[in-house]
Amino acid sequence: MAYAAGVDVGSTQTKAVILDESGEIAGKALIDTGANVIAAAENVFARALDDAALRDVEVEYVIGTGYGRYRVTFGNAQVTEISCHGRGAVHMFPGTRTVIDMGGQDTKAISVDEAGNIVDFCMNDKCAAGTGRFLGAAASALELPLDALGPTALESKRPVRISTTCTVFAESEVLSWLGKGKKIEDILWGVHKSIAIRSAALLRRVGIDEQVTFTGGVTLNTAMIKALEEKLERTLNVSEESHFMGALGAALFALDEILSSRSLAKSQEASS
Amino acid sequence: MTNQTNPEDLVGRGNREGSKLFRQWFAELDETAQQGGQSAYVFVMGSFNEILKTFDLPVVFPEINSLQTAVRRVAHEYLSEAEDYGYSPDICGYVKADVAIQLRDGEHPMGRIPKPSLAVFTNACNTYIKWAEIWERMYQIPIVTIDVPGTREADGQTWRGDEDFENDRCYIEAQTKELIAVCERVTGKKFDIDKLREVLGYANDVSAYWARILELNKSRPSLFNALTDGTAYLGVANGFRGTRTGAEYFKRLVEEMEYKAKHGIGTLADEQYRLAIVGVPCYPIFRRFTELFTEWNGTFVASTYLWFASGGANRGFQYDLNKPLESLAEGILISVRDAMDSMFYQDRILADAIDEFALDGIIYHPIKSCRTTSTGLADSRRYLAVKRDIPSLYIESDMMDRRVVSEAQLKNRIDAFFEGLASRRQKASIS
Ligand SMILES: Nc1ncnc2c1ncn2[C@@H]1O[C@H](COP(=O)(O)OP(=O)(O)O)[C@@H](O)[C@H]1O
Ligand code: SF4
Repeated sequence: MAYAAGVDVGSTQTKAVILDESGEIAGKALIDTGANVIAAAENVFARALDDAALRDVEVEYVIGTGYGRYRVTFGNAQVTEISCHGRGAVHMFPGTRTVIDMGGQDTKAISVDEAGNIVDFCMNDKCAAGTGRFLGAAASALELPLDALGPTALESKRPVRISTTCTVFAESEVLSWLGKGKKIEDILWGVHKSIAIRSAALLRRVGIDEQVTFTGGVTLNTAMIKALEEKLERTLNVSEESHFMGALGAALFALDEILSSRSLAKSQEASS
Repeated sequence: MTNQTNPEDLVGRGNREGSKLFRQWFAELDETAQQGGQSAYVFVMGSFNEILKTFDLPVVFPEINSLQTAVRRVAHEYLSEAEDYGYSPDICGYVKADVAIQLRDGEHPMGRIPKPSLAVFTNACNTYIKWAEIWERMYQIPIVTIDVPGTREADGQTWRGDEDFENDRCYIEAQTKELIAVCERVTGKKFDIDKLREVLGYANDVSAYWARILELNKSRPSLFNALTDGTAYLGVANGFRGTRTGAEYFKRLVEEMEYKAKHGIGTLADEQYRLAIVGVPCYPIFRRFTELFTEWNGTFVASTYLWFASGGANRGFQYDLNKPLESLAEGILISVRDAMDSMFYQDRILADAIDEFALDGIIYHPIKSCRTTSTGLADSRRYLAVKRDIPSLYIESDMMDRRVVSEAQLKNRIDAFFEGLASRRQKASIS
């Protein structure tokens, strides 16, 4: 049995997925990226190997993706996370033609064809406004753990209208609303709504077509799913593996490499 | 001297000679500055070199001074000086770097820049007008706006023989005469029409060769990188327009390009993707920016910068030396108006370029500094996406301000674009 892996070194979290020959997930892992990017890639891969009960030599091909893709020192090749999220999303939800990836530092809208190839893409600008980092900043201003963000926001009855999604101003914006006596859940739901508005604008730039699949770490935030669905007036494809979509796409590209080199070898055998 | 050229000397000669001329130009400006001599400040979208050279006025292109601070990686020093003085981060970086150069009494990495004795500019960019007003106040010099009626193709372009065209031409001719009067006053010299004829003759050569060079890059493989090499040639085309040196340089450059075309000498070992770039170069990482594309065996075969920033010289307009003033006005009308129109209707010009240059993709590069060249790009991209099935990439940065140039972000987008091109090509080869 041959195995392929994808390692997605993100700005915030590093993910790895190992696939078997049939494209089934054999193992996966997730850790915080931290300061040492090379070590993060190595560690996450070691954990994914553990999860799959495999040794590294059994993994034939590794593709690195994410901002740190060139730091996956054991990787055989690199592919951008834009291509990987597209590929992973179409693999998991074949009806996908539009992908919205919300990660730690950027939000991407990607339009893809039926094979998962990129048709067009567009990303939020130079700063981390309206991304996972902004949500994180809002959470820490409110002294909430990340995974409490969604459930808290969903309790809102009268959301506050948040005007800036600038990460630098997140704290002061949130604190000023608290000062005005607004409830935490109303501020948070306002934050989610304003991010959804920005993200919908990105999506419109690439065109919203057929099924929309939501990927990246922010998919773990149930309020963000709801805010996006309300704004886009449609349900989104989300799965438990959505946070791993980039790594999954990378692993699928790695599997392509294994299978195509195998079929090349076969045809050479046949012709010799 | 051209008959005996050794082929090895020919390839890359234009770059070598171009950079020599460029340094020579700045050395002469430095000398002028040291001696307190006169100079004319002009702009790339319609320089009026023809008139100024007739008066032997050294020309200074503040846009080129500014971009050179970025190429030489000191732009941030100049920009922050102007910002400390009070200019907003949102003002065009060219203006700010120039203001700092003026505040530093002409200090520039390539030598001292002389102070202006007058400034001449067209209405091609609104910033030109405001910028010149700064010098007017700093130095109490005359500034001359030449108002070129752009057509914006609203009712189609007018041409020789049309009443509107004749009116527009007369309008420019009258303004040119006003410019001549200002030059006479500033220099104390009498206008010499025969000298103008001579200058126009050289300008004719530069325009014709310029058009030819851009045309030759339709070759496969392409002969020069329109972003790196092309911008170097452009500097000579602007600075040496209307001079014998400029005419000679471009004659030799055409010779080089024809040789390369004949022998199939391209810029890459394996030219895979032919691209056009729309907008202004990213000077803070000038070479690296292009490498991000050549690493994928993609090269720029065309660049809209070589059209509008040559003042429309790409049209190859030829002056009629028998009626110099009339013809000069006509040439300015046709060329500068084209430089302006091509910025507003790039989509149509690009649609033709797709076939002519066998393009695989178009790179749109809007920049923070410049509304003039960046505003219509989103529309152009949409238009082409609907009209023609051509992949395009939209990347933003700046031509001066490295604070808004993120190489990692650019690379990510560029890599994804090429991954898309590759999968598109693979798909096409299967079906
Ligand atoms: N349990 C969680 N609940 C809510 N949000 C989460 C959770 N875990 C991670 N996130 C969000 O996901 C983001 C990281 O997403 P990810 O796609 O891994 O980004 P990157 O690839 O840039 O590192 C974090 O900034 C955070 O906002
Ligand atoms: S705004 Fe644009 S066209 Fe005008 S001077 Fe600045 S860079 Fe040039």
